[in-house]
Amino acid sequence: MAKLPSQREETLGGYIVHGIPFPTSTDEEALEFLKKMAPIQIEQEYKITYLHSYGQDSPWFAALTNKRLIASRDAESGYTTANPRGADMYSGNETKWIDITNVPAKVHAFTVCYFGSEEFLPETPFVLALIEFEGVNTLLLTRLMGVDPQAPALDWIGMEVTPRFLRNSKLKPTDVYFTPVNSDQ
Amino acid sequence: MRPVYAISGGVSKFAKARPDKTFQAVIKEAYDYAIEDIGLDFPTFTRIVDGSVASYFSDHFARQLMAGIMAQDYLGLCPKPGHRVEGGGATGGICFQEAWKSVASGHMDVCVAYGFETMSHVETWKGNEFIALASDISFDYPVGGFYSGYYAMMVTRHMKEFGTTPEQLAHVSVKNYNNALYNSYAQKSQRISVQDVRNSPMVAWPLTRLDICVMSDGAAAVIFASEEGLAKLEAAGAKIARPLVKVTGIGRGTDAMRMADRPHFDYDTFMRDYATPQEQNSNETKAYYKKLWDHGTRYPGVHSFRAGRTAGNMAYKHAGISDPLNELDFVELHDAYTSSEIQTYEDMGLCRYGEGGPFAESGKAFLPNVDYGLKLKDKPVCAVNPSGGLIACGHPVGATGLMQGVFAIWQLQGSVKKHFKADQLQVKNAKRGAIHSHAGTGTYVSISVLEREG
Repeated sequence: MAKLPSQREETLGGYIVHGIPFPTSTDEEALEFLKKMAPIQIEQEYKITYLHSYGQDSPWFAALTNKRLIASRDAESGYTTANPRGADMYSGNETKWIDITNVPAKVHAFTVCYFGSEEFLPETPFVLALIEFEGVNTLLLTRLMGVDPQAPALDWIGMEVTPRFLRNSKLKPTDVYFTPVNSDQ
Repeated sequence: MRPVYAISGGVSKFAKARPDKTFQAVIKEAYDYAIEDIGLDFPTFTRIVDGSVASYFSDHFARQLMAGIMAQDYLGLCPKPGHRVEGGGATGGICFQEAWKSVASGHMDVCVAYGFETMSHVETWKGNEFIALASDISFDYPVGGFYSGYYAMMVTRHMKEFGTTPEQLAHVSVKNYNNALYNSYAQKSQRISVQDVRNSPMVAWPLTRLDICVMSDGAAAVIFASEEGLAKLEAAGAKIARPLVKVTGIGRGTDAMRMADRPHFDYDTFMRDYATPQEQNSNETKAYYKKLWDHGTRYPGVHSFRAGRTAGNMAYKHAGISDPLNELDFVELHDAYTSSEIQTYEDMGLCRYGEGGPFAESGKAFLPNVDYGLKLKDKPVCAVNPSGGLIACGHPVGATGLMQGVFAIWQLQGSVKKHFKADQLQVKNAKRGAIHSHAGTGTYVSISVLEREG
């Protein structure tokens, strides 16, 4: 029988430092002194790739890649949500898809983010907006382009806007964004 | 349901970072304080307490699943029953109510609620990213996930709809930071002016850095007891302050995760389903709201939190409150943003929808013994965030709602001076107060009413 390893293999290098101060003896006085020790802090990396499914909302993203914006409607009541919802929140019925690409749209609320989450910091300043659509009961969160992020003004609310689509789809909700109507951007 | 008393509480000092201790040991600071404040030792309390509810928001911040049981273990509470609750920013408030339920239902005679958050383990902007994961990761987060951005959109709508101004928002910051000068637990206190708030770096227009609470490490704990629980504790030597503090009302509400999905109700629906009884019974208020709706206001849209209004109406009905502004002596509410304090004034019926801005600068929510450097039109009526709120105390999410509970107990016991080492923040003869905990963009809201007996 081969000899089994009884020791873990030592490798070169430690964690950040190669020696942490510690009393040379562990008498009572030395152990008491440990109560005064500063905390040890180490870095831990955490990186994961998820397989995320858009499930029943997938057609909404497929529409964006084809430069169409679709919404969900309850066939009976006509209640329409700009974000996709597989089931209507009032009737519980399965919704149908409708095309709202060319429906008149306006800015309902907005902000300019000068800071952001780590992922979006490189994109600052950027404009977030909630868009209202004629005949649609709820809003859509989006990026607003074609306005000056250094000069936000309350009268952006109510501004007529139109959807634009990324040529190279990322299969994210940012595949659609909005600009003021008649914007040459 | 039987009577439930909130008998004691403790709060760790909230700080930007607490690397000196693990989360369990930080919780123990708050827990030990609560036990010591009723004059018991650790083993005696451990023998009597029936179980616990644990509160923390994010597994990401801790990078530890089942952190609740690690706290339960460290506090010596195993094998007693316990569970963890989670509801975003409202986690602490929900925990408070779940512990109340454990006692009110008769399941436990003594229950302890404890909560924590350790937000310092990642950089601030990564922390913002974690928090933004509490928005729909298919539709909201990828657009630019940033809670300050979400709230700033609510602000622009509130401004457009009701004429609210950034200076009115800034009054909230001035009030809360100045209050915190007398709260030894506050993470950040400073004497500031409206201009200081407006001049601080712009984060998401029109919210500046001083309009927004900071991230924190910290913990809090509250002990609840039934009459039988009080008897057991006192038989073991506990010195429980009289008059007792009783939880007399709880309420909760919810709303859609995606802020964009919120409804836009007409006047009749609002008056029927959401108006407070006080609003429903006032012809003048009905006319006021009719005028708003005639000008295009719809409810709740993104300017208001129907979860907050639902929670308030429920808690007030439970507690028998019909005029919250005049029947509550103080409110500790979830001011993650100055704007959300203003929105919450309206949701909680301290003023009408649309009047939060003028209410903020009126003086009604200020304290009489604090110099704010402001000329205020009205005398204080109902102190809002006398502790300094989240803006000044900090917001270690799972602890925050419980911190509000602890401060409310101290207000009603009249023991603010003992705990804060200053009495400027003591609301004189405080008889009844409310705590308000709020998640997401208004997805979960809890409101609890506490009263001093006698």
